[in-house]
Amino acid sequence: MTTNADVSTAASVLSVRNLVKRYAGQPVLSGIDLDVAEHEVVVLIGASGSGKSTLLRCVNLLEELDDGQVFLDGVDISDPRVDADVARRAMGVVFQAFNLFPHLSVVDNVTLAPRVVHGVSRELAEARALELLDRVGLANRARSYPDRLSGGQQQRVAIVRALAYDPRLLLFDEITSALDPELVGEVLALVRELAGQGRTILMATHEMGFARQVADRVCFLDGGVLVESGPPEQVLGDPVHERTRQFLRRIIDAGRL
Amino acid sequence: MQRERLAFRRSRSRRSTAVALVSTLVFAAVAWFGVTSAPGWPRVRQSFFSLDAAVRALPAVLEGLWLNVRVLVVCEALILVLGVLIAALRTLRGPVWFPVRALATGYVDLFRGLPLIICLYLIGFGLPGLRLTGIPNDPVLLGGIALVLVYSAYVAEVFRAGIESVHPSQLAAARSLGLNHRRTMRIVVLPQAVRRVLPALLNDFVALQKDCGLISVLGAVDAVRAAQIASATSYNFTPYVLAGLLFVLLAVPSARLADWAARRLARRQGLA
Repeated sequence: MTTNADVSTAASVLSVRNLVKRYAGQPVLSGIDLDVAEHEVVVLIGASGSGKSTLLRCVNLLEELDDGQVFLDGVDISDPRVDADVARRAMGVVFQAFNLFPHLSVVDNVTLAPRVVHGVSRELAEARALELLDRVGLANRARSYPDRLSGGQQQRVAIVRALAYDPRLLLFDEITSALDPELVGEVLALVRELAGQGRTILMATHEMGFARQVADRVCFLDGGVLVESGPPEQVLGDPVHERTRQFLRRIIDAGRL
Repeated sequence: MQRERLAFRRSRSRRSTAVALVSTLVFAAVAWFGVTSAPGWPRVRQSFFSLDAAVRALPAVLEGLWLNVRVLVVCEALILVLGVLIAALRTLRGPVWFPVRALATGYVDLFRGLPLIICLYLIGFGLPGLRLTGIPNDPVLLGGIALVLVYSAYVAEVFRAGIESVHPSQLAAARSLGLNHRRTMRIVVLPQAVRRVLPALLNDFVALQKDCGLISVLGAVDAVRAAQIASATSYNFTPYVLAGLLFVLLAVPSARLADWAARRLARRQGLA
């Protein structure tokens, strides 16, 4: 059995230690320990409300932690003396509802962070953006506005926006949950390609089939606790914990695995 | 069959146009007759609607109106800047910013509640009364300051409503890209907020347009003051009517612009 213990903190891109988060006194995350090594794809599974999204938001410092630490490349970014805006530059986040900026064209959405945050010139940033958009088949939509794009196209733009400054770590928060079923495939294909390129990815998803194919490691969260973690064939095929089995049974009953 | 239906529809629309026309004419005739049959009408017509007096007052009133327009443009520019600033200060979070937030909130409460005319008196007569060096006593300048103070409070609240209408997920996306609070506001939140509140801003602009006429109470020779001077020399109120008419004409393009902006916004929201 593989656990996160055999990945040493030093080699990890991301290390989460004893992370605790409460909303109005109610614990949402109760002491999470998690490591993501370079080039690793770690998939978080669990029912709605299990804490997957909160964990991702805490890693990106979009939420204030109640306890614990978050290390990015060995640096404790949860330290209040660390500038969160600087720490976030090394992470790219893609949200469930895309969250593209509706008043900016596709190419302006993509080049915003490189230009404004990373100081890249407009020419260079646009050339890079067009190259990335071309790779996801959307170069011809570069001057369009987000509301003219399908959900799948918007989500691909959102992924490109997160890639545009070459972050060390990608955080994907249920990025296919808001899509029509026929549009899920195009987004998952892109994630598969990124995993193939050796990107370091931490993602929450309900797509179990996809998790089985692409994940290096699957982590099952339940009630804010990391119940079980290991290779996908073990966690999804032969889980150790009863709670994991129950969750997977419900998923299978729903026809999603 | 389609042709017959079209013909029916056309005849129906012709009939409703005719009904509308007739009812408008009847209403106008009744109103006209009601006013002109009043016992004091000949006298009112002479002292309020004298063409002769209007022509004589026109140059002075127009010159005054030109002052109003200049005051309007300068004040509106200052109001927009100050309004955005106050609204942005009110959105700051965290205990460090409490004094700034409280100050901005206090400002809005004070100047939204204070009647414009009282603010005009306090600034226009009180400020120069202090006899401090460097305090101007030009009524146009002082009146402009009062207008800016009061209207900035209104406009700040309009902007704040716009800022708060931008979904938190937009902020999360901007922050996740590494943008700090200021850049998030400037690049992501404010452009969306301004688009949404444009109709309300134009509405306040129309209101400011006519309130510019109130600087006359400080003695500035604007359209209203010019009308007063003209009527005082001729014992005829027509110049006031003339000035009022000119203010209305000035407001019409702004009002149509506001309608257009509101329609465009509704269309855009229908799309999204």
